[in-house]
Amino acid sequence: MSPQSQRFPVSSRVLHWLMAVLVLAMLFIGVGMAASESARYSTLVAIHKPLGIAILILVVIRIVNRLIHRPPPLPADMPGIQRFAAHASHIMLYALMFLMPIIGWSMLSAAGYPIVLFGPLHLPPILTQNATVYAALRQLHTILAYLLFATFLLHFAAALFHGLIRRDGVLQSMASWRSGR
Amino acid sequence: MPDNARDSTDSRRTLSMTAVLMRLVVIGVVALGVAALFAYAGGWLSPHRLTQARIIAAFGQLDGIHPGFRRNHAKGICATGWFESNGQAASLSKAALFAPGKVPVVGRIAFAGGMPFIPDEPDTVRSLALRFLPAGGDEWRTGMINIPVFPFATVQAFYEQMVASKPDPATGQPDPAKMQAFAANHPEFVAAIDIVKKRLVSSGFADATYNSLNTFRFVNSDGVSTPVRWSAVSLQPFVAAATAVHASADGASADKNALFDALIADVAKHPVQWRLVITAGQAGDPTANPTLPWPADRKQIDAGTVTIDKVSSEDDGPCVDVNFDPMVLPAGIEASDDPIPSARSAAYARSFTLREGERKVKPPSAVTPQEVSSVGKS
Repeated sequence: MSPQSQRFPVSSRVLHWLMAVLVLAMLFIGVGMAASESARYSTLVAIHKPLGIAILILVVIRIVNRLIHRPPPLPADMPGIQRFAAHASHIMLYALMFLMPIIGWSMLSAAGYPIVLFGPLHLPPILTQNATVYAALRQLHTILAYLLFATFLLHFAAALFHGLIRRDGVLQSMASWRSGR
Repeated sequence: MPDNARDSTDSRRTLSMTAVLMRLVVIGVVALGVAALFAYAGGWLSPHRLTQARIIAAFGQLDGIHPGFRRNHAKGICATGWFESNGQAASLSKAALFAPGKVPVVGRIAFAGGMPFIPDEPDTVRSLALRFLPAGGDEWRTGMINIPVFPFATVQAFYEQMVASKPDPATGQPDPAKMQAFAANHPEFVAAIDIVKKRLVSSGFADATYNSLNTFRFVNSDGVSTPVRWSAVSLQPFVAAATAVHASADGASADKNALFDALIADVAKHPVQWRLVITAGQAGDPTANPTLPWPADRKQIDAGTVTIDKVSSEDDGPCVDVNFDPMVLPAGIEASDDPIPSARSAAYARSFTLREGERKVKPPSAVTPQEVSSVGKS
């Protein structure tokens, strides 16, 4: 097996790390703005909306990239339960990264807010205004944000487990940038 | 010799049980550390941090819980009409609504405070909230009140005053000692209240002038940014409030919606109008502190006229599901360093989320569709 095939392709690694930073920033901004009764609130909101749309665009690119470039296989000696956890958590991460911006956009639509990105740049509403739908989506946005953060933590701890304890190359397949290895 | 890391089983075996445990601890500590940072950002580690949840809870403690109603400015009615811009404000702001022409407006006229069934009193602070809906969707929302300055420089002071004015269970009145302690700590509040007390109180909603109080910035097409405040100046003749409306002899039969009914009757006869007046600040004018008035000689620009030709109950009107969030601003209007609009935006969002979730259990508003229709015909 060639060494290259043991690593994620460059496009996958770039998308992974870029989105890792953006999604984590988004989670902190989101939880922070929901608990900021201050001038900071509107600053965070003004970042949250365009950042969410940027993540939505990136996750679509990433799903296409994932379909083109299959990830390297997991180590053959990985226990079945760990394999299952790895696959399930990846599906969960993809699903939440896609759903969270869609729910955010939908909920602002249902609330009748203009969806402002920058200055006069607006997005159209994707739902008609509806109080009950708004309230439900707003709550779902929070619940799924916690679920996304919990899944991220699991993913992060699992990556460290691969890197520090199993030392099976799984972490390096995403984290290594040395050429030719 | 393995050529990649995945076959490094030899090095894996060299980890002792102690080393594995140590590394597990490291992983646990790092993951917990990230979780703790997240909890800190969310305010869970700072029980004294002023959050949306705490400030809205304070409204509930002060005014009671009224499901489905706004937590502040709870008693109100909807209003619709238009804004006819004369184009003069376009020199200050590139916002589409300031180009000459007509823009539809959805508004709400209300009393400040969190009690949706409080009897109408001219002394209660009144509000006019407007949503300007220009073609193209670059809308503007603003909420104004009929006092000349805002009594609080910070949301913290606003919150402290709410806590201090919470009625003492023994007397049913705020504890004077707490109110005095608050005033002693907030000279800006005392100074602002002095100005507020000197205002002329109008008899109704239609002859009141409503002020933005907060400072925003208008940005024109050349990129020039000007600090501004604005007012909706009534075009109805001013009639001073009778000094003791609420002390009328037969208080029991007095119309609890007297001011709203007067407005409904007025609008049924003829539209009511306000001039939208923009006050341009100068260098050195206080922008971050809404308790301080600007000098009276500041340049004022008449931007056009707001006309309300229809009012309706919240229960079937177009304003009930609108959050008059003061940070919904078109390109050409921006926030200033005034901290209050952002705090209002945060608190309104919380109030909006709560009440939208309670819409199905919301009781009828004080001013019902039947009342609007019968008063309008009389």
